[in-house]
Amino acid sequence: MAKFKRDKNERVLSIRDLNISFNTNFGTVRAIRGVRLDLFQGETIAIVGESGSGKSVTVKTMMGILDSNGHIDSGSIIYRCKEKDGSETEYDLTKMSQKDIRYKLCGKHIAMVFQDPMTSLDPTMTIGRQIMEPILEHEEASKKEAADRAMQLLDEVGITEPDKTFKQYPHELSGGMRQRVVIAIALACDPDILICDEPTTALDVTIQARILEKIKEIQLKKNISVIYITHDLGVVAKVADYVAVMYAGRIVEKGNINEVFYDPRHPYTWGLLSSMPDTDTDSDRLFAIPGTPPNLMEEVKGDAFAPRNPYALKIDYREEPPMYDVGGQHRVASWLCDPNAPKVELPAELKARIAKMKKEAGINE
Amino acid sequence: MSETRKPLLHVEDLKQYFRINRKQVTKAVDGISFDIYEGETYGLVGESGSGKSTTGRSIIRLYDPTGGKIIFDGRDISGKLSKENEKYLRTNMQMIFQDPMACRNPRKKVKEIIAEGLEIHNICNSKEEIDERVNNVLDRVGLSREQATRFPHQFSGGQRQRVGIARALVMNPKLVIADECISALDVSIQAQVVNLMKDIQDDMGTTYLFIAHDLSMVKYISDRIGVMHLGHIVETGTTDEIFTNPIHPYTISLLSAIPHPNPIVEKKRKSITYNKDEEGVDYEAGHEHVITDTHKVLATDEEFAKWTNR
Repeated sequence: MAKFKRDKNERVLSIRDLNISFNTNFGTVRAIRGVRLDLFQGETIAIVGESGSGKSVTVKTMMGILDSNGHIDSGSIIYRCKEKDGSETEYDLTKMSQKDIRYKLCGKHIAMVFQDPMTSLDPTMTIGRQIMEPILEHEEASKKEAADRAMQLLDEVGITEPDKTFKQYPHELSGGMRQRVVIAIALACDPDILICDEPTTALDVTIQARILEKIKEIQLKKNISVIYITHDLGVVAKVADYVAVMYAGRIVEKGNINEVFYDPRHPYTWGLLSSMPDTDTDSDRLFAIPGTPPNLMEEVKGDAFAPRNPYALKIDYREEPPMYDVGGQHRVASWLCDPNAPKVELPAELKARIAKMKKEAGINE
Repeated sequence: MSETRKPLLHVEDLKQYFRINRKQVTKAVDGISFDIYEGETYGLVGESGSGKSTTGRSIIRLYDPTGGKIIFDGRDISGKLSKENEKYLRTNMQMIFQDPMACRNPRKKVKEIIAEGLEIHNICNSKEEIDERVNNVLDRVGLSREQATRFPHQFSGGQRQRVGIARALVMNPKLVIADECISALDVSIQAQVVNLMKDIQDDMGTTYLFIAHDLSMVKYISDRIGVMHLGHIVETGTTDEIFTNPIHPYTISLLSAIPHPNPIVEKKRKSITYNKDEEGVDYEAGHEHVITDTHKVLATDEEFAKWTNR
């Protein structure tokens, strides 16, 4: 796999020190705490984390669909938009009103595929009309042109009989077919960024593999950037070039996919990798990260992961770790990476697993 | 697994048809047979629409099976149920459902939800006894006693599923049918729930019928696996046999679809697709081929020869 260069000029989206909080009846929830992330042209990044870690909130902000009690406290999301005529404009999505984002960018430049294909389609409209809708809305196209485009899109996402499906309603299709239709709608206006929020969680494994391969194929053809949100590390391994692991509203580890998978540094990433069921081992007990994610209603003191972390140092309970640069594109927010920290070995089981993974992949140490 | 042991659940030629209208009948489950022995875990896997959930629901008699025989602990629980057999079935077989939020009354406290079965079947003599059993089971699944007075919406997904397990276990069932009970949970929480189910099995000797579409999780919990497709069990065997020596192309395609957390390998790998019609496989014509005592494949003679020669 060719390593992705991440050249500054190719940057499409850059998130800087983003802080988002939600006002609830019980107090303020600090859902996002200082997220910094870049997305480059043609790249696939995956945001991994448990539910409640803030991965969905981050992308919802980009789409201008943050819930009404959400508030952006600080930070910026700069989106470099390339118009069809070649001119470039920079938008700060945090400064724009949600309505503006939706009118100017959504669908046209940034598109999203949601988790549940049944609830994201309109049950009263035919598939064809739903795909034509964004084309008619955003581009000056005649109905005939839009219909032709829709037919072509259906073909592109791998639906075998586009003209038949065109006239059908969502309930007539299976889950996998529906998700393909949702992808076709997202791609209707040739977006620069495609956000996939758990696109295959509701689908079977056999169909999941096919959908992921399809998205990859389309991405290569159209050179779009894709953001995946998922908690399945197997999916991440299949699609992503760059990974960001989120925990309690912070990015705790990020880097090139090989760096994060073959050389994980944060104890939370260790836990995630170990709890993936591995089809080759004989051990009959699965590693589980003890405890549950923290309640963000309360002020987080020190490292949010410390109470669940068997490797926690004393300083973890007092101060939040900074982002350490551990070489390459790899950044880790853990005190264990501090030069003064004691050396901690990887858990033996994970070490063995990584060694085996490296062997299978043909990497020599 | 010694085969001389008496099966706890014996399913023979189970059929479950659903009449859609006067002309159409959906054959959700079309003549499947399997045994589950005491204290083991039988995993039933397949894609959606393969009839695995229907099988579970027919066994626990949420549906009325169209045909076939179900023997549970020596009692025939197919056909019309006698009062006695029905009570035996309802108290000794329990189910854990997929969505822990949708399957319980949101206006009841967790304690009432867990105690409901005990009250309905008049198992306990006094309120104190009910309390004690509820508290014991709460400890067992790792919830604190204070949490018993909360409502389901106040729990996280993993905790809700623990409540679901507690609700099933409070009856001290012989067989628990777990229908996709972990697929709605996060990976790290999935591991916790699977480990909990294993611990309970070790302590109490509960038997599980574990229904899931995720083969990798099924591997951890199951002793034997049945692979279902379109209402038929196409292959059954011990976990080892299924994973190391799969015969049926559908099993092979299911195994190939599991994503491995190994980026370099995973990016190169292509999943194997299986299309019943393209391969010309006819389940109706096939019969059971025995490979070992436990490993069986549904195939016609030609198909079997073709698949084993690969």
